[in-house]
Amino acid sequence: MTAIRRRGFDWLLNAYAGLALFYLLLPIAVIIVFSFNKPASRFNFIWEQFSLDAWKHPFAVPGVQDALENSLEIAAVSTVIATALGTLTALALVRYEFKGRSPVNFFIFIPLATPEVVLGAALLSQFLNWGSPKLGFATILIAHVMFNLSFVIITVRSRLIGFDRSLEEAAQDLGATPWQTFRLVTLPLIMPGVVSGALLAFALSIDDFVITNFNSGSTITFPLFIWGAARVAIQPQIYVIATMIFLVTVAAMIATVWQQRRAERMASVRPDEPELALEPARA
Amino acid sequence: MRLRKASLPYLLLLPGLGWLLLFFLLPLIYMALESLKTGTIDTGFRLTWEFSNYTNALSDYSEQFVRSFEYAGLATLIAFLIGYPLAYVIAFRGGKWRNAMLLLVIVPFFVTYLIRTLSWETILSDSGIVVSTLKSLGILSEDGRLLDTTVSVVAGITYNFLPFMILPLYASLERIDPRLLEAGYDLYGRRRDVFFRVTLPLSMPGVVAGGLLTFIPAAGDFINAQLLGTPKQFMIGNVIQSRYLVVADYPTAAALSFLLMAFMLIIVVIWARIAGTEALLGTEGERA
Repeated sequence: MTAIRRRGFDWLLNAYAGLALFYLLLPIAVIIVFSFNKPASRFNFIWEQFSLDAWKHPFAVPGVQDALENSLEIAAVSTVIATALGTLTALALVRYEFKGRSPVNFFIFIPLATPEVVLGAALLSQFLNWGSPKLGFATILIAHVMFNLSFVIITVRSRLIGFDRSLEEAAQDLGATPWQTFRLVTLPLIMPGVVSGALLAFALSIDDFVITNFNSGSTITFPLFIWGAARVAIQPQIYVIATMIFLVTVAAMIATVWQQRRAERMASVRPDEPELALEPARA
Repeated sequence: MRLRKASLPYLLLLPGLGWLLLFFLLPLIYMALESLKTGTIDTGFRLTWEFSNYTNALSDYSEQFVRSFEYAGLATLIAFLIGYPLAYVIAFRGGKWRNAMLLLVIVPFFVTYLIRTLSWETILSDSGIVVSTLKSLGILSEDGRLLDTTVSVVAGITYNFLPFMILPLYASLERIDPRLLEAGYDLYGRRRDVFFRVTLPLSMPGVVAGGLLTFIPAAGDFINAQLLGTPKQFMIGNVIQSRYLVVADYPTAAALSFLLMAFMLIIVVIWARIAGTEALLGTEGERA
């Protein structure tokens, strides 16, 4: 009796989890399906008939190409800046003991706990008071680096925490300068963390609407373009582009996982076992 | 040489921290000053230390404030009810499918936020399959709709922030030593007892983190209310956005932003009391 009840419960739990996954995936499926639609009205809400028109001319909607280019450019530049600055900050926070470390840890957390609308509005207040730089590409870039920094710092930091410092000491014992040690030992070892941080930053940047909305001036990014379009018309092309971004992201994701697995396999041939490693040296 | 070593961490911190001081902290100060000004966009704004901006903003928009926290609270609760069983199944029964299932959890993030919200517009539209099914089942009246109602806005918010709930839940569930559960069963604990006395308490850090990560963006959101609702569903984010960007009533918008931030901080502090700051800041495991 109890065995049957238990099995029934197990089945129910799995079914519930399956439904939850279905809920998560449903809108994505709708987007992909409706990218093949030939809508009768300006809004792509009702299924009419299958068509490849939108896929043949994905950038046929005026303005969408410029918006996409702006988004990619801002995401790329802001990712590079945020990843570089964030990695240095994370290094300082994990590797060194200094006065004010815990307030800094707390300060870095605050932007994450601040609603986006507040981050955007505050930055706009400052730009309006300064009168410069002119709202546009530069101000969007500044904003994106700002909100990406905390994410990068936290991602890289989590990787650094499990870092075996005896490897660096070994390098220095063998006569490496601090810079050589950093370039040849530290950086390759923390690279997976840096890459995850960079990917996260790129994804957040390309997806951001709220903060960009406040600081964009007349520059249009892809999310801003959709926001404007949503009131007037939603062409199937927008769903086509969304599907393309989706596919590229999935491919990048799989490639990263694969690359990290490979890196882990290569790291696992290291002769030293973690049990044998001496207690981490204190600085 | 020793001096250079002591200053090295500060040098490493300088660029990143400087950026945050200049473009996160300083803007908050500008916004604080903005919130105490009077004037209009045509005549210009002057700093008059007008503290009544705050009381006026609060009384004028208390409805939207209350609604924001109601919607965000509701969305957080629903996300928890959807997310916990899923995280549990992935953590304890995922087996070799674990990573694949986790990938499915974050798949929504691969599609632009605005577009996945528009997708809900398609799903819940008046002629859509959900509405017609509910009508044929008699749950929804003949002229009933889902779009432009509280249901659609809360559904959209829940959906958009659900992965933020699931991932921390998974992380804390996955960390639980299965031997602890076995010990519970060995001591003749029933499933329910083991769950409520062992599993759930041990996963509390995930519950707290997931709740926070869902609630904060949800309460400040204005996209879902704008795209899936009507002004009747507008939240405080919608007011801040339109006061700033449409009406150019900067002092009110700035005051509202600070009130929102203050409410959030109060919630974070209460949450931190329950959870402990270490779990919240993610600094556990660092050298003391």
